[in-house]
Amino acid sequence: MADLLTKFDVLGAFWMTIVLTFFAAIGSLVIGTVVAIMRVSPVAIARTLGAGYVNTVRNTPLTLIIVFCNLGLYVNLGVKLANPASQSFIIDNNIRLGILGLSVYHAAFVCEALRSGINTVPPGQAEAARSVGLTFSQNLRYVVLPQAFRGAITPLGNTLIALTKNTTVVSAIGVAEASYVMASMIEFRPDVLTLVFLIFALGFVILTLPMGLLITWMSRRLAVKR
Amino acid sequence: MKIRRMSIAAVAAMSMIGLAACGGGGSTGGSGGSGGSGGSSKGGPIKIGIKFDQPGLGLKDGAKYTGFDVAVATFVAKSLGHDQKDITWVQAPSAQRETLISTGQVDLVVATYSITDKRKEKVSFAGPYFIAGQDLLVKSDDSSITGPDALKGKKLCSVKGSTPAAKVKDKYPDVQLQEYDTYSKCVEALVGGAVDAVTTDNTILAGYASQPAYKGKLKVVGKTFSTEKYGIGLKKGDTALCQKVTDALNQMVTLGHWQTAVDANLGPAGFTVDKATNPPKPDACS
Repeated sequence: MADLLTKFDVLGAFWMTIVLTFFAAIGSLVIGTVVAIMRVSPVAIARTLGAGYVNTVRNTPLTLIIVFCNLGLYVNLGVKLANPASQSFIIDNNIRLGILGLSVYHAAFVCEALRSGINTVPPGQAEAARSVGLTFSQNLRYVVLPQAFRGAITPLGNTLIALTKNTTVVSAIGVAEASYVMASMIEFRPDVLTLVFLIFALGFVILTLPMGLLITWMSRRLAVKR
Repeated sequence: MKIRRMSIAAVAAMSMIGLAACGGGGSTGGSGGSGGSGGSSKGGPIKIGIKFDQPGLGLKDGAKYTGFDVAVATFVAKSLGHDQKDITWVQAPSAQRETLISTGQVDLVVATYSITDKRKEKVSFAGPYFIAGQDLLVKSDDSSITGPDALKGKKLCSVKGSTPAAKVKDKYPDVQLQEYDTYSKCVEALVGGAVDAVTTDNTILAGYASQPAYKGKLKVVGKTFSTEKYGIGLKKGDTALCQKVTDALNQMVTLGHWQTAVDANLGPAGFTVDKATNPPKPDACS
């Protein structure tokens, strides 16, 4: 077990998983919030676009999105997210493309979680806000969204846990995260197959279990008492 | 009401399609359930693990299976007393080969399976039946890459977690390595110009270069820089079966079927086998 951990960079791999999760969580929260606002906005075209985004992205396999980010955006369209002259261009580029793909995919789920949060805010509040003269964006900023986020903590947390585990898909384009290192461990140490699986299962439990506990605690503490 | 009736009809139609699909699967893979372990019994079903996605070696093309590994497996099965129709082909992805054998889900694995000491701890090998080596696949108009020494500053592509990828990282640190989960993505990136070369066993590369879609566009450089001994994986310690498979392999070479299979499956891209090492003499079973 000790020689396994020294020969293969298991900790580095899980660190990459954390990095991917962190940036993709921020990215998907930003995109998801924008799309959720589009879906509840009074502008019909924005609602249609938002619904179109959610229905397209949510129903596309993540692997496809990730591979498209690499083979489609980079290989065929020439989109580069890192300095092409750099010695680590391929690695940097793939990490950023992977974060982009993860963000775009999970934004659809964040959007729907947030919309469910918006639905927990009684319509009377939005109407009251309108009647005292708040505009649509003021209404969202001061009345609806703060309550919506607090009501949506549980579904948002579920999306975060799903995101953590979905980062393994990014190994399809060669980002050195957990499942990537697991693949090379299986290739070179088939004699300790079960141990390798256990190490990675344990690693993910260590990452996601506290996340789940924190979310439960936060959703209890921050829920809007009505 | 109308909608409900339509949906019932739709569900009925879908379940019928499902049933038909099940029936079809059952009749073609009918031999799947019944034992056949050891594969030593005369006749009867045999399950052989091959690659389904490796052109020139093991490729599932509709209902047909083609490739060098398939040819070897078919010949071996025949000498063991199993007709072609008794063979059930099972997909054996690289990471699952040991598990498939040790749990008895397959009797033999003929899937670009390199003989290594670590693997010998889990399974036994018959063979080798082919000596491959790591090589480079480049665009046919590329004359700058002549071998592993001309790689400085180039972009290479291989499959994540594979032996060739690890070797490149180890021996050629100034090479940038793109890794995908399959070689077909690497070949796509090579054709698209994102990488300069694809590296793995020359047999696999030759298989891609012979594909109709890439014919004339790609070439194998032909300077191998490793030795991969392809063996036939079988249950650990089954020396009786190992001996039979070894005899079959010897027979295949003597009768000339080995050469025919190489020419038919790897030849079209102008790939020639290293005559100094091929056909190899199978190791003794232990």
